[in-house]
Amino acid sequence: MSTVWKHKDLLAIRPLDPAEIGLIHDTARAFKEVLGRSIKKVPSLRGKTVINLFVEPSTRTRTSFELAAKRLSADVVSIASESSSFKKGETLKDTGLNLQAMNSDIIILRHPAAGAPQFLAERLHAGVINAGDGAHEHPTQALLDTFTILEKFGKHDAPADQKLAGLKIAIVGDIQFSRVARSNIWAMGKLGAEVTLVGPTTLLPEEFRHLGVKISHRIDDVLAEANVIMLLRIQHERQKQQLFPSLGEYISLFGLTHERFKRCRPDVMIMHPGPINRGVEIASELADGLNSVILQQVTNGLAIRMAVLYLLTGGSGPQGVKA
Amino acid sequence: MIPSHLKKLSDAPVESICLHGGRIIDPANKRDEVADLYLHDGKIADPNNLPQGVNWRTIDVSGQFVTPGLIDLHVHLREPGQSAKETIATGTRAAAVGGFTTIVAMPNTTPHADSASTIAWILQRAEETALINVYPTGCISQKMAGELLAPIGSLVKAGVIAITDDGNCVQNNELMRRALEYTKMFDVPIFDHCQDYNLSAGGVINEGYWSTVLGLPGWPAIAEEVIVSRNAMLSELTGGVIHCQHLSSSGSVRIVREARQRGIKISGEVMPHHIALTDGDTEGYNTNFKMNPPLRTKRDQEALLEGLSDGTIEILASDHAPHCEYEKEVEFNYAPFGILGLETELAIFIKALIDPQVLDWSDMLAKLTINPAKLLNLDKGTLTPGKDADVTVINPSLEWTVDKNQFQSLSRNTPFHGWELRGRTTHTIVGGRVVYQS
Repeated sequence: MSTVWKHKDLLAIRPLDPAEIGLIHDTARAFKEVLGRSIKKVPSLRGKTVINLFVEPSTRTRTSFELAAKRLSADVVSIASESSSFKKGETLKDTGLNLQAMNSDIIILRHPAAGAPQFLAERLHAGVINAGDGAHEHPTQALLDTFTILEKFGKHDAPADQKLAGLKIAIVGDIQFSRVARSNIWAMGKLGAEVTLVGPTTLLPEEFRHLGVKISHRIDDVLAEANVIMLLRIQHERQKQQLFPSLGEYISLFGLTHERFKRCRPDVMIMHPGPINRGVEIASELADGLNSVILQQVTNGLAIRMAVLYLLTGGSGPQGVKA
Repeated sequence: MIPSHLKKLSDAPVESICLHGGRIIDPANKRDEVADLYLHDGKIADPNNLPQGVNWRTIDVSGQFVTPGLIDLHVHLREPGQSAKETIATGTRAAAVGGFTTIVAMPNTTPHADSASTIAWILQRAEETALINVYPTGCISQKMAGELLAPIGSLVKAGVIAITDDGNCVQNNELMRRALEYTKMFDVPIFDHCQDYNLSAGGVINEGYWSTVLGLPGWPAIAEEVIVSRNAMLSELTGGVIHCQHLSSSGSVRIVREARQRGIKISGEVMPHHIALTDGDTEGYNTNFKMNPPLRTKRDQEALLEGLSDGTIEILASDHAPHCEYEKEVEFNYAPFGILGLETELAIFIKALIDPQVLDWSDMLAKLTINPAKLLNLDKGTLTPGKDADVTVINPSLEWTVDKNQFQSLSRNTPFHGWELRGRTTHTIVGGRVVYQS
């Protein structure tokens, strides 16, 4: 029995079931094969219009979506907040309706306010992809992260909700303000992984326990067992909010230093959604080391976003990807 | 245009009315019986000493409840200055339909109600356009900035019946102390919107499970409780009367309960939404579930119900806060706080308090009539002969569906659209004038 994609939008991981995540992963795997060819383009979205609407700055995600749409032969337009009508006070609703009036098929939205993609999706018949909304979710990031983990550790014959069963994953850093953490908590949990969140009490409130994960405020208790360590970017702004006293203290308590790395499993996978603060959440050399998959994450992101665009515009799954 | 079933107070004649066959519930007099109620010359008439030769208009209200006119001491009428959201005319129409004969208007208008001339303007506007009694409040601080005392004496002389910076909370404890001391001279209470700005900075929903899942900034209950505690301590110090508005958290109920047990002149009020909804209802990011303070947890809701049941909280009100549809139709973070209340308030209270037997009718109506009247030093809220003939007739079993497009309010920001409710006002009578008849 094969799963089909039945949603107009991709707004969050939380409402997806494991088989739907599996469908996106399987489809991405087919596209990753395409990306390895000398001609990296397929005609799947020919004649479709994709709008990249980024109301918050981004390099990686915006470029990744834009390239993904181009590899699928869509017409793609990218709009950045600095040049958009938001500066003139136009509402998100009106911007969305105007873009839709130009017969756009998909709007990819990055927005500082949680829930903005859902707000837009409820008002448009065009499909909406959440490219990160406030501290809510960043679903394609979690899809590419779990895709990357599955490539190394996945149990490919297991049922959809057991593909990462038994795997111990630590997510370290500013959990409270992280949409990447939230999407990954849901995605990893749905695939059967055992997730432990690690961070200072001020950036990792107790409420996270109710999301089906463990929490810890001592990285040294978690490192030795972890198969995967995902580090999150520490924003300097949090220090101004008095959420921790100094970067130096953060590094000493939570940074993945060389010293700590020695106590990790030899095959530990080190991940970071970027952009990284070298020398803060991770020692610079470790980010470039053999255990790091930081750039593979970026490569896989392209395949994941192709898969999402493809499925949202009616693509039928991996079997439909043109050989 | 005012619909024909509604009348401006100045257009409605004072009538001699016999409300026949209804169940009279008058909590102030501990009266609950089937009897006729006579209104004459704008006052409640003494049935044992009725004037002779009067041509009574008899209204058959059998099967219905006849109660003192409802009082809502927490309403935003938005006039002057924000008349796209609501006006005194439309807000009092909404109130009349909701069964209210008296409402208290909050001062966060444009300009703020911090001068005698603005109060005079509001009172004149009310006289010209209102359907029911409107009492203004005046600000604690000039421009509600929380820095300098407003001219409280002049405001009282001009006609305010309470002092409040509602919408804002005075953060400066010294200023709040002086305000409480100063108002003691005038027999008016201070109403406080309890919110510590540092603790609640940026918050848009209750801090807890749902703020975590939805990624929305949390507005923790402690930000309210710190100020409720502060108010209890300053009231104890000064002897001033402090009323804590829209209590939302279990901790606030406990603090008010303990303070009252020690004789401190502190009171609290509860809104329909805080006992009918919880923070989980915010899951769809619908901005009609965004209000200040925010919806909280089931546990908080139970504590509010307990506080209402044991008498800790004596007052029910709406925090009727109209906003234009376009203002609310934005990202959750950016939408203004507040929802409509007046036209659904009574039926929501029936659903949340009467149906689950938290309160009986008399106890619930006390919190909507005599209790707010006492806090405001108003000679209203009873059906005692000789008092103002402010009367509400309620059909307690009438089933209806909330349709925001039928609202008298200018705005439509309700979370209750489509709800099936029971109990509705059939007549609203103000000083013997029938201003609303369903």
